[in-house]
Amino acid sequence: MEYTVWIPFLPLIGFIINIIFGKKILRTQAHWPSTLAVFGSLVLSIMALWDVINGKTLNYDLYNWIISDNFRVSVGFLVDQLTAVMLIVVTSVSFLVHVYSIGYMHGDSGYPRFFAYLSLFTFSMLMLVMANNFLQLYFGWEAVGLCSYLLIGFWYEKRSASDAGKKAFIVNRFGDFGFGLGVIIIFLTFGTLHYVPVFGRVEEIVTQSVNIYGLEINLVTLIALLLFCGAVGKSAQLPLHVWLPDAMEGPTPVSALIHAATMVTAGVFMVARCSPIFDLSHTAMNVVAVVGGLTALFAATIALVQNDIKRVIAYSTISQLGYMFLACGVGAYGAGIFHLYTHAYFKALLFLCAGSVMHAMAGELDMQKMGGLKKYMPITYWTMLIASLSISGIPGLAGFFSKDEILFSAYAAGGVGRFVWMLGTLAALLTAFYSFRLIFLTFHGDFRGTEEQKHHLHESPPVMTVPLLLLCIGAVASGWVGIPKILGGSNHFGEFLSPVLHHPHYEGVTHSEEWMTMGLSVFVGVTGILVAILFYIKNPSIPVRLAQSFSFIYRVLWNKYYVDEFYNLIVVRPVLFIAKSIIDAFTDRKIIEGIVNGLPALVGWTGAQLRKTQNGILQHYGIIMATGLLFILVFVLIRAIT
Amino acid sequence: MDVGYPVLSVVIFLPIIGGILLAFIGRHLESFIKWGALLVSILTFILSLPLFTNFDKTTHLMQFVERKDWIPQFGIQYYVGVDGISVLFILLSALITILCVLISWNSIKEKVKEFYISLLLIEGAMIGVFASLDFFLFYIFWEAMLIPMYLIIGVWGGPRRVYAAIKFFLYTLIGSVLMLVAIVYLYLKADTFNILELHTLALPYKTQIWLFWALLAAFAVKVPMWPVHTWLPDAHTEAPTAGSVILAAILIKMGAYGFLRFMLPMLPEATKSMAPFLIGLSVIAIIYGGIVCLAQNDLKRLIAYSSVSHMGFVTLGIFALNPQGIEGGILQMINHGIVTGALFLCVGIIYDRTHSRQISDYGGLASIMPVYAGFFMLFTLASIGLPGLNGFIGEFLIILGAFKAKKLTAVLAATGIIIGAGYMLWLYQRIFFNEVNEKIRGLEPMQFKEALTLILLAIFVIWIGIYPNTFLSFMHVSVAHLLDKVHQATPETMVTINSIRGGF
Repeated sequence: MEYTVWIPFLPLIGFIINIIFGKKILRTQAHWPSTLAVFGSLVLSIMALWDVINGKTLNYDLYNWIISDNFRVSVGFLVDQLTAVMLIVVTSVSFLVHVYSIGYMHGDSGYPRFFAYLSLFTFSMLMLVMANNFLQLYFGWEAVGLCSYLLIGFWYEKRSASDAGKKAFIVNRFGDFGFGLGVIIIFLTFGTLHYVPVFGRVEEIVTQSVNIYGLEINLVTLIALLLFCGAVGKSAQLPLHVWLPDAMEGPTPVSALIHAATMVTAGVFMVARCSPIFDLSHTAMNVVAVVGGLTALFAATIALVQNDIKRVIAYSTISQLGYMFLACGVGAYGAGIFHLYTHAYFKALLFLCAGSVMHAMAGELDMQKMGGLKKYMPITYWTMLIASLSISGIPGLAGFFSKDEILFSAYAAGGVGRFVWMLGTLAALLTAFYSFRLIFLTFHGDFRGTEEQKHHLHESPPVMTVPLLLLCIGAVASGWVGIPKILGGSNHFGEFLSPVLHHPHYEGVTHSEEWMTMGLSVFVGVTGILVAILFYIKNPSIPVRLAQSFSFIYRVLWNKYYVDEFYNLIVVRPVLFIAKSIIDAFTDRKIIEGIVNGLPALVGWTGAQLRKTQNGILQHYGIIMATGLLFILVFVLIRAIT
Repeated sequence: MDVGYPVLSVVIFLPIIGGILLAFIGRHLESFIKWGALLVSILTFILSLPLFTNFDKTTHLMQFVERKDWIPQFGIQYYVGVDGISVLFILLSALITILCVLISWNSIKEKVKEFYISLLLIEGAMIGVFASLDFFLFYIFWEAMLIPMYLIIGVWGGPRRVYAAIKFFLYTLIGSVLMLVAIVYLYLKADTFNILELHTLALPYKTQIWLFWALLAAFAVKVPMWPVHTWLPDAHTEAPTAGSVILAAILIKMGAYGFLRFMLPMLPEATKSMAPFLIGLSVIAIIYGGIVCLAQNDLKRLIAYSSVSHMGFVTLGIFALNPQGIEGGILQMINHGIVTGALFLCVGIIYDRTHSRQISDYGGLASIMPVYAGFFMLFTLASIGLPGLNGFIGEFLIILGAFKAKKLTAVLAATGIIIGAGYMLWLYQRIFFNEVNEKIRGLEPMQFKEALTLILLAIFVIWIGIYPNTFLSFMHVSVAHLLDKVHQATPETMVTINSIRGGF
């Protein structure tokens, strides 16, 4: 299975070829090295999956990366069931996005650069999922963040794009701050950063605790929460979600690949990978579940009112990532990964459909200016409709199986699980609503754009629609590998992952309760769609009136709860104020420089004063001499007396 | 081991003699002078390579040792040698000088001859500093490089060059004078200038503290540690590109090198008791230096302040007093030399075209100089510690070491990484992204000669990032030996400490 080493390195080669030769030589052919490379990785990933299914897993080191005294860490690969699933998700979506981009990015002046970055991203993401130790995970983690930064700011002449890229990087650094500390504590606790020995020995430390300024905290909880900080940043969970909507400034294929299907799910992958650690801390698990549940609902509410087609899908992504964390938090890691896998297809599809719409609309993003596109672009319409049905949890489609498994697991876990189950179910209602709001605003009704736009409306070329159709297969059928037992399936997916992510055991949960949760989630999904039909097909005046009568709520949602404004107020502006007005202008220039420049000035002043005594007037010298003599005389006399 | 010629003497004196010879060449033969300087610097680098290839990594003992009596009346010797702590700096100095010669090729137009003489003299003195094993000799080299550096800033610098040069000179000199006092005291006490013998000296605690302060004054200014850092922004900003590069890459490393070579092994008790204080200053430097960067409008000034922050990491690692901290610290010095040197080279490339250091005079440069933008991005990423590039390895080891020593400081230092991303990416955005600033429209693209210097440094950025062991392996034994010395508090010194405490 040593061929697995080529899975990440083929795209790296693609990157190197494109960054060196792309601009000058390959130019409009620059997609070849990148696309071929990722196709190679896809083929090898399928082989790896086949090998893993046949019971062959692998954990090997390539070389020693860093050695310093007792610290040593290598670059190496772990190919097990979880990795195999991730490999398929990453390489398949990446390949389709590469193909789609050939059409979508056609004619862009940065065409070779775009494919170079895509390859670099694919390499980084594969290094991340194949890592066999925490430091390499961290490497991949930061490297995908870099690619995200580069691709969000791909059209760097646009101020908003370069701002968004920077914001994504810096917000992620906040999360990685915790992640990095977590990695260091793992090393100091276990003396290694390799997964296998760490996970093998984590039970030994379960009773240890550390004292942080009087606060006694369990060591495992501390490690888990620090790692989770990284996940919160990368997967855009509360309160670090603010970068993802802005990330939509990047080209749409990037939004599909990085900001929907793969990179943003790295946090979920990491929590699942570290399940042996998380499992041992109830506190951490509850935090994960609640953060996930709250984010699922929170982001869904914002998506209700946005008009930017990509931002709706972006908030939807944040919300769906919340579901995955929710699942992990109740111990149903398998369900979380299952949703990660199905979501990758239907959400990538949604984004690529949105890209297709933008392609037809000359870059227009505002859904209020769309409408009636159904007849102009049928393939885009039907595939996007199916993706929306899938995300709404309509039975038979991929999203139904994974979401249902999550909600049932949450319900069955009890305790906090019941709470997050309610959040998740409510969010499912909203999900169906906003997804179909998007469909109806975009494709139904009358066209609301300009005449010129109307004139140019067209279906995208096959190089774009074929990936849509292929992803559509995923959005329909990817869930069929995890049909629950209650529906006569045998949950192959969960069984397959069970060596890595063990199944939770639910006691005292009856079949009827399972039917109840499933029925409820289907019911809310259908309700959401029906309400959307009522609001946007039957009676479009309802949403307008609602927005008027609940204008406060509407404004809060429209402004995304003012989180950006809040961060601006408490972080960005104070830091810049301190930097400019206090540290630079005052401390550095006034105090420190004042002292530094003051010393020579003092010397100079003293000299100037002393110079006055050397004025060449003999009478002055005489007086000074006489005074001096007098002092000596007095001194001697006093000494003599005492 | 034996390579057929005295490596260290050759790499110290080849540039010095080369510099002196240049003095005899007519000043109208400018290109001859440039080629001569380039040849000397390349030759020096090539001749220094045995230090890399023939270095014995299994011993902490000094290698490539040369020892001759110089002023026997005072026991002063010409005594040079390298160990795992100093060897990499010599190689770095030799490499950086070549780049400085190249980058000055077109940008230095006046007094060309004097410039290259100064540059070569600096190279010899720098290498001398890192190779000296005699404290007197060390001091000579230490002071000797001040003068050409002073000239480089003061003669070829920017508008406020004289102020900056004098400030640089006085700041450093005041520190050095205190070091001289310490050297004299040590000589009177031990009757030797031999650094290795001085390492074995068991000084009473109180004496160690006094000496510590004296040496700290010299080294802290050089590093520069907070709050004696304010010469650096001025010197960097006003110096010509080559001057900034040498300052950033080599000169400020001498302070931290001084900590490792003198303070830790000679004054172990004082080091241990002062370490928390110095760690505190380091953390302040990291955060303070980073925050000040957010307020800068001048490109070079910003990078200068980022040096304060990065050198804070170096001193943090050193005073963590554990293997990861110190190895990380040394590696970070090399990294900082490469990356900040490269950033100053980059700034020089556009400064030669626009003669502006104001960040607001740029914008959208990525469309105009795309290859240049790519290099600048690479060095920016290295500077903010992206894994896979060199900065990460150093910072990670330092934070790991600091965490072992004092947890809170590691946490605080890690916030410096967030700030670092903030100011560097913001800088990058303001220069390269957004709409093209009319002032820079039509700048000529990067030339091959310019690219060559950056490619050389880029190779090291990536090399150290993916395989740092090439360089870390030089340090292991020497650092372990150094730490043994620091941590082994011999019974005698303990007794002396107690008796002093009782006695006073």
